[in-house]
Amino acid sequence: MRILIVEDDEILGNGLTVGLAMHGFTPDLAVSVAEADAALLAGGFSAVALDVMLPDGNGHDLLRLMRRRGDATPVLMLTALDGVADRIQGLDGGADDHLGKPFDLDELAARLRALVRRGAGRLTAHLEFAGVTLDPARMEAAVDDRAVGLSRREFTILHALMEHPGAILSRAQLEERLYGFQEGVESNAVEVHVHHLRAKFGSRFIETVRGVGYRLREG
Amino acid sequence: MRSMRARLFLILIAATGLVWLSATAWVYLSTRAEVEHVLDARLMEAARMVASLIESQEIDTAVASLDPDVMPDRRHSPYERQLSCQIWSLTGTLIGQSDGAPAERLSDHPDGFAERSIDGDMWRVYAIRDEARGVQVLVGDNLDIRARLVRDMVKGLALPMALVMPALAAILWFGVGRGLRPLSQLATGLEHRAAGDLHALPQTETASEIRPVVTALNGLFGRVGEARERERQFLAYAAHELRTPLSGLKTQAEIALKADRPETRTLALNQIVTAVERTARLVRQLLAMAEAEAVPAAHVEPLRLSEVAREAVAGQEARLTAKGGTLRLDPSLDGIEIEANGTLLALALRNLVENAVNHSPPGGTVRLSWTGRGVAVEDEGPGMPENEIARATSRFFRGSNHTPIGSGLGLAIVEICAEKLGGRLILGRRKPAGLRAELQLAGPREGNRSSSPGEGATGRVLGDAVG
Repeated sequence: MRILIVEDDEILGNGLTVGLAMHGFTPDLAVSVAEADAALLAGGFSAVALDVMLPDGNGHDLLRLMRRRGDATPVLMLTALDGVADRIQGLDGGADDHLGKPFDLDELAARLRALVRRGAGRLTAHLEFAGVTLDPARMEAAVDDRAVGLSRREFTILHALMEHPGAILSRAQLEERLYGFQEGVESNAVEVHVHHLRAKFGSRFIETVRGVGYRLREG
Repeated sequence: MRSMRARLFLILIAATGLVWLSATAWVYLSTRAEVEHVLDARLMEAARMVASLIESQEIDTAVASLDPDVMPDRRHSPYERQLSCQIWSLTGTLIGQSDGAPAERLSDHPDGFAERSIDGDMWRVYAIRDEARGVQVLVGDNLDIRARLVRDMVKGLALPMALVMPALAAILWFGVGRGLRPLSQLATGLEHRAAGDLHALPQTETASEIRPVVTALNGLFGRVGEARERERQFLAYAAHELRTPLSGLKTQAEIALKADRPETRTLALNQIVTAVERTARLVRQLLAMAEAEAVPAAHVEPLRLSEVAREAVAGQEARLTAKGGTLRLDPSLDGIEIEANGTLLALALRNLVENAVNHSPPGGTVRLSWTGRGVAVEDEGPGMPENEIARATSRFFRGSNHTPIGSGLGLAIVEICAEKLGGRLILGRRKPAGLRAELQLAGPREGNRSSSPGEGATGRVLGDAVG
C-alpha cells in the first residue's frame, strides 16, 4: 500500500517513512503543501497521513483542495491540537481519521490499514484468495492454515495482487508499490520477488500475462 | 439612585412641579395685587359717587336713612354685598347707610384708605369728609370677599393641575422608559451574548447618545478577539512545536526497538539523539524567551559593545570553525560605548550569532559590525525569501531554509529584546547571499568616536528612551 506522508519535521518524517515501511507500507514523504499537492496529483496513494501545520500552509487547506477536486483518497490527520473542536474541524473538513501527536506507530499503521480497507469496501482485515490468506497487520500469509513467512517486498507484491484478485497489475505498477517515488528501482526486482512467491504458493498461483503484467489465478 | 429611569422621572416630575408651583404663586400674587388695585379704585369711585350725590343734594342727608326692611334681601352670589356705605354727620350721628352695612361705624379716620376689623370681618374703608355739608362718607369693602375672589381664581387654576398631575406622572414614567429603550435593548443584547461571541454590535440603528458606548464596546470586543486569536495561535504553534519532536522521538524509539537490521537501529538512535538535542534547544529557547520578557528593561548600564559581542560569540565560534567557517568581529565595534540593559543585549546578540552560525555554509564567514545605529550580524547562508522576512519574528516560525535544530524562536527572542531595548530588528538579504540582521538600538552614545558630528544626532542616551 502506498501511503503519502505529509510532515515537515525531519525526524518525525523520517520515523514515519522508516516505521511505516517496516509495517509493510510503501511510504512517500512530502515536506510541504506544495510537494504533497504535486504527489497527490500524480496519484497512486492508498491513504494520506497529513500533518496540520506545514511551512507553506495548512493541512486542512490541502485536504479541502483534495476533496474539491474529487480526490477521495482516505486522509488521516496528524495533529498537535487534539481537542474536540480540532478533531471536529478535521473530520468535517473531509478527514477520515485523526491521530493526536505523539502517537503510537502501531496504532497509526492499524488505522491506515483500516482506512484503506474501508476505502476498498472490505469488511475483514484479512485478504483471501484460492486458499491463500494474507494478514496485512502481521505481514503474514497462510496456505490452508499453514503459515508462510514473507519478506517485506514479497508481502507488498502479494498484497497488491490480492487486493484486486483476477486483475492484471503491470510491472510498473508493482514497482511503484514497492519503491514509491524515492528509492532507486532495481531492474529485475519484481521478477525476483514473484519467483520467490511462486516457490512459496505454487507456480500456478501467480500468472504472467505476457507483455502486460501479473495476476492471481485460482487452482 | 441606581435606576436611570427613576432618576430621570424624579427630576422631570420635580421640575414640572416646581414650575407649576411657581406659576401658581405668581398667578396668586399678581391676581391679588390686580384685584386690590381694581377694587380700591372702585371703592374710591363709589365713595366719590356718594359724596357727589350728597353735594348735588340728590340724597337728602336728613332723610338718607333708609329703612332696611324696605330693601329686599337678595343674596344671590357670594360676591354680592361686598360694598357697604355709611354717611355720618361730622357731629357723630349716622345719617344713612346702605343695605346690609354693619351697624358699627366703619372707620374713625377722617379720609383716605384704612383697614379695620368689625365683628371679626376685615374691612377696607375709603372715607371722604365734606366739611361744607358737615358729613363724612365711608365706603367699605369686605376683605374676606376679596380674599375669596383671589382664592377661587387660584383654585380654578391649581385644581386642574393637581388632577392632571397623576396622568402627567404616568406619561413621564412611560416616556422615560421608552426613551431609554435603546439602552435596555443594548443591555439585553449584551446579556444574551455567548461568552465566546466577540462580533461587533450593530451601530447603524443605535441612538447617537449610546453610539460612543457601542463604539467603545466594539473596540474592546475587537481587542479581546485579537488577543484571544493570538493566544490561540501561540497555543497551536506551541502544541505543534512541542508535540512533533516528541512524536518523532517516540516513532524513532519504536523503530529502534523493532528494527531487525542493526543499520536501521543505528539510524533511528542517531535520529533520537538529534531529536533530544533539538528538544533541549527548544526548551532553552523557551526559557530564554521567558527571560527576555521578564528582564526589567529600565535597568541600564554602560556597556562596551565589543565586550558584549565577544561574549555573545564565545560559545558559537567553535561550532562555526568546526564547519570550516570564520567569525569576524569588525573593528568598527571597538570603542563603542552604549547604555543599555546588558542581559537583553547579550541575549539578542547571542541569538543572532547562533542563527547566523546555524545557517552558515561550510567555510562561510559570520561577521559582526557596527552600523552607526546598531549591530549587524551577517552570514553567507541561504538567507530568507522576501515573503518570509516579515513573518520571521513570529514565534515558532521556521522558514523554508530552516535548520534541523531550529526552534523558530530565535528571531522572536531577538525582537522581544530589541523592543525592550527601545530599538528594532531589521532583517534583510545580504548580497550576494545570506541574511543580514541588524539590531538597531534606541540611541547609542558614541564613545571615543563621538567627535564625528554626523553621528552625534543619534547620540541620545539609551536610558531615556527605555521606560
